Amino acid sequence: MAKRKKKQVSIEKLKVSDKRKRVNGSLGGDIVIFVFLTLLGLFMVFPLYYSVIQSLKPVEELFVFPPKLYVLNPTTRNFSDMFSVAASMWVPLSRYIFNSVFITIVICVCNLFVCCCAGFVLAKCKFPGDKALNQLIVTSLLFASNATWIMQFLVMSKLHMIDTYWALILPSIATPLGLFLMRQSMSTIHDSMIEAAKVDGAGLFRICWQIVVPNSKPALMTLIIFAFQGAWNLQGGSLIYSEELKTLPTIVQQITMAGLARQGVTFASAVLLLIPPLIVFLVAQSNVMETMANSGIKD
Amino acid sequence: MAKNVNPDAPLIKQGKWKYTWHMIKVNKGCYGLLAPFMILFTIFTLVPVVMSLPMGFTNFNMIQAPKWVGFSNFYTLFLNDDTFLIAIRNTLIFAIFTGPFSYILSFFIAWLINEMHPFLKTLFTFVFYAPSMTTSVYVTWQLILSGDSYGYINAVMMDLGLFNSPQQFLTDTRFILPVVIIVQLWISMGAGFLAIRAGFQNIDKSMYEAGAIEGIKNRWQELFSITIPSMGPQLLFAAVMQISQSFTVGVVGQNLVGLPSTDYAAHTIMNHATDYGSIRYEMGYASAICFVLFAAMLLANKGVNWLLGKYLD
Repeated sequence: MAKRKKKQVSIEKLKVSDKRKRVNGSLGGDIVIFVFLTLLGLFMVFPLYYSVIQSLKPVEELFVFPPKLYVLNPTTRNFSDMFSVAASMWVPLSRYIFNSVFITIVICVCNLFVCCCAGFVLAKCKFPGDKALNQLIVTSLLFASNATWIMQFLVMSKLHMIDTYWALILPSIATPLGLFLMRQSMSTIHDSMIEAAKVDGAGLFRICWQIVVPNSKPALMTLIIFAFQGAWNLQGGSLIYSEELKTLPTIVQQITMAGLARQGVTFASAVLLLIPPLIVFLVAQSNVMETMANSGIKD
Repeated sequence: MAKNVNPDAPLIKQGKWKYTWHMIKVNKGCYGLLAPFMILFTIFTLVPVVMSLPMGFTNFNMIQAPKWVGFSNFYTLFLNDDTFLIAIRNTLIFAIFTGPFSYILSFFIAWLINEMHPFLKTLFTFVFYAPSMTTSVYVTWQLILSGDSYGYINAVMMDLGLFNSPQQFLTDTRFILPVVIIVQLWISMGAGFLAIRAGFQNIDKSMYEAGAIEGIKNRWQELFSITIPSMGPQLLFAAVMQISQSFTVGVVGQNLVGLPSTDYAAHTIMNHATDYGSIRYEMGYASAICFVLFAAMLLANKGVNWLLGKYLD
């Protein structure tokens, strides 16, 4: 261990000297860049920040004009109100939350499973048709589900999936983006490990799940983030018309439609939708960077 | 069977097809692992995309069987449907802003972030990526842009004396398009931005050192002669993401200014397809619209690939 630590220090030192050798901009340039990024960053976060602030404001502060950018007496009233508003609806709010959580978990798990299996094969196996399949995946990156959902509606109505959980879950499982990222990061794993496992008599499935997948943790986390975002923000649209199968985003939109009088509740529900993806992203952020570093399309 | 397991050379003599068949049999495990993905992918991505062409030639209202009508949908689309032409124009405007513009912006922001302290790097990456994770904060934008004198922009502008009366940002045709573009830009830094951001970390540091010795004087020179050429694959990936995103804009507009928006001012191809597909249930016509959209995306992708490929080689 001690040896390892020593080595790390020397690398650290090396990096510093690297920097000195590099061309460096002037201090003025640095400041300009920093100010520019900060301003742009403020524009980016302001709506998010403001939604959170609004959701914490008590009624007296919500309608103060001009609006304040901070909250004096933070309260969770809006969140509890949200449940009581929803209680007057057909279906309790907890059902929508359950739907969203359920769908999100199922989509994430299935998406990971399917993409790991297929990603491993495309990255590491040679078989007739592999080149064509790789090409197909790269091309189909274009057709994310926001482009194809109208045509998906046709397919699903033929399969009698409209107005079931299937309509929400199945289309989001086999995502080209997930497979692509998985393939890219798995192809960086050394062949020698796989060869060794083959010699030991492991089947493809075992090689995939006991050797390759545990070694692609960053990619797994990245897929979780993308799958989570997609699933958590999923709106049934015209695929779902039973009230008890609708998801949280749908109901947030309905609350929003109720207008400004229920502003606190509106923002509370928006924040409820907003927070989980942000947390998941923050937790997995460094893994994402590692995976995306392999994301390039090479011909 | 047993002696065929070894996929060795002599089999090639038996002919190409037999050899392929043999390889398929040898590798059936691979197909087994691929199957779950491929089945779902075929049903929910491949079939919908491919189906849009044949369905585009029919009249189909979801109740009666599809009826073949030849090119009539496409005739109507390009020659008789003024709204579609507006939609094409708007989609192109959106595509320019949320495509190339946002792409270049992502690149520059990623580049600027990359020079910073690790903590600031993480913070800024989060800040710029966060909006693309959210679909629910339209409420805030609605408050900011609200058309009465309590809308924040209106209030500020009237206080400063720049406006005499509140402007209807969400219903006035002069404002709808720019407003939706701004909100669209706000959420446009998604996977592509992350890929570019990560691409910077991939670059071999010694390249910069060598560059400094060769006499590169400033950041700009470094950017164009070292950084961009070594990021080709990431740039291609980001381009694909950006195209896919910018051609299918519509949801933001739909939530912000309604569907249809006043005078179709923010109507995009995607909105048009939604209108016919899930409101009027004219699926044949909607398919034709989708096909045009898919074809445009593929063409744009080919074009960008060609451009980037030319620049990077």
